[in-house]
Amino acid sequence: MLNAIQGTPHAEERPRGASRSRHDIDAANARGRWQLPIIACLQALPLAAVFFLFFVVPVVLVVVVSFCGYETYRILIPDFTLDNFRDVFSESVTYRTYLITVKLCAIVWTVTALLGFLLAYFLAFQVRSRTWQTVLLLICSIPFWTSIVIRMIAWIPLLGRNGLVNRALLEIGAVNQPQEWLLYSEFAVIVGYVHLYTLMMIVPIFNSMMRIDRSLIEAATDAGASTLHVLRTVVLPLSKTGIAIGSIFVVAMVMGDFVTVDVLGGGQVASVGKQIATQLSYLQFPPAAANAIVLLLAVITMIVLLVRVVDIRKEL
Amino acid sequence: MSVDAWNKSGHDVQSSRNQANTLLAMTHVARSPMFYALASLFALFVAFLYGPIATVVVLAFQGPEGGLVFPMNGVSLHWFGALFRPQSIGDIWGAFDRSIRLGSIVMVATVLISLLAGLAFRRRFPGATILFYIVIAGLVMPSIVVSLGIGAMFEMLGIERSWYSSALGAHLTWTLPFGLLIMLAVFNRFYPVYEEAARDLGATGWQTVRYVVVPIIAPSLVGVALFGFTLSYDEIARTSQSVGALNTLPIELEAMQTNATTPVIYALGAMTTGLSLLVIGICLLALVAVRRHRERFGSDAGKAV
Repeated sequence: MLNAIQGTPHAEERPRGASRSRHDIDAANARGRWQLPIIACLQALPLAAVFFLFFVVPVVLVVVVSFCGYETYRILIPDFTLDNFRDVFSESVTYRTYLITVKLCAIVWTVTALLGFLLAYFLAFQVRSRTWQTVLLLICSIPFWTSIVIRMIAWIPLLGRNGLVNRALLEIGAVNQPQEWLLYSEFAVIVGYVHLYTLMMIVPIFNSMMRIDRSLIEAATDAGASTLHVLRTVVLPLSKTGIAIGSIFVVAMVMGDFVTVDVLGGGQVASVGKQIATQLSYLQFPPAAANAIVLLLAVITMIVLLVRVVDIRKEL
Repeated sequence: MSVDAWNKSGHDVQSSRNQANTLLAMTHVARSPMFYALASLFALFVAFLYGPIATVVVLAFQGPEGGLVFPMNGVSLHWFGALFRPQSIGDIWGAFDRSIRLGSIVMVATVLISLLAGLAFRRRFPGATILFYIVIAGLVMPSIVVSLGIGAMFEMLGIERSWYSSALGAHLTWTLPFGLLIMLAVFNRFYPVYEEAARDLGATGWQTVRYVVVPIIAPSLVGVALFGFTLSYDEIARTSQSVGALNTLPIELEAMQTNATTPVIYALGAMTTGLSLLVIGICLLALVAVRRHRERFGSDAGKAV
């Protein structure tokens, strides 16, 4: 199972030229397994402990709590009831919220995948110097390390009623009055997501593209394919693993988000994550948990569909 | 097969890539129209990335009478000064302090735990596959679910939630998957013959790790540390239900922006952005310094024995 991790066979995805030494390394690896697994177990223990305590137990608890009862003044009443789920599925607001969330997710996915693919293609194939590739990639990733909240707040003076965009639109006479839909709207939320998550697409797609054998492109070109044709029939299929990994990130982030919706939606936009956060702010743990389980199942379904395309471990 | 041959094969890849690149460059001397189209798209994207942050930084220098939007009403450091007057902003420095402490603890824990786990995953051990999938699940799990679960757990156990207990755990579920993935990628490319040589020369397991493995992968460990700190310093979704009464900086900021009426929030934004850039700058300099040092003197590996 863990072949890719242990560094045994599957040499296909190795850099060209290195493959002839793979066999020797495998042999060395095999000889290198001199320690008892007890040491490996101890080394893995802290990771396992953290994930057991702060991930496995809490997620199991969410499942348990989703079946609990609740009252206004008591947070949890141990019980086994399906009421919370019945509430989730019987309210029309649930369906509307899911519809909006999935719609936002679909739009953001389309935009980030398209942008990510084109920009990664530019970096991997059109920029030819390694130094420039590194520099340009670094330029893209620096904002990733700065505060997410600040990056969202930063849209307010641009998109607001008296913001720069409205001013510019009025100036050139494109509109006669300030546009209200720019901020605190689905549009603003989408802009925020694209701003935050496009890098999540660029990096894995770029990574896949850098593994494409350049002679394939040459062969296609020699055989008479145009640049666009090469892009569609050679580059696109060979970068699908990167696209899938980026997609998993974007889908997981957007589906569960409540912060961006809060800051840039300004109460005008609903999302599943925000609904859960609101219930939690009233300390309604059981309905929030039921909602979270439904959300989780939705995200898992989307990710399973994506993972069918790709084996993540082969990509490391 | 020796180390030389391994290194050489690595160089072969490098040089044949370079050759291929030069060849490409020679065959298409003139850039295609596509290059210019994509280059413009890239430039627009960079403007899109940096534009908003630049706006915030500029607006932070508003005059004392200035508002939340353009035009600038004079230029001053008034709002930066306001950061140091306690009445204008709540407990922002307390939150800042907690975020830095939490980020530092998370950073150290992430480096240590990821390194150990990375070493563990080089061998087979019972439960390796399931552990790997659980960690990956931690990465893609909607943050609100993790946050809610940890909150509920502490609530049920009757333990007070706080930034150094529940929020620390929540942050680790976010930083460790990144740390582990980096470590797996690093050890996938790690040539075990160096360790074997160390063992042949009589090094113990600990000495091999301490004087051979760690120095070789040091740059990646700096990367893991950078990830650990910034992901934690910036975390908001998983912190929201697990932080307890005293907030971290991002949560405080989010609460502040809802009723912000003065550019003091921009001053705060400019300051935290500056701090992030400083941390990145230091890390990049450290990496460049390590690389320079190695080019000049070779690897540190083994020097200390």
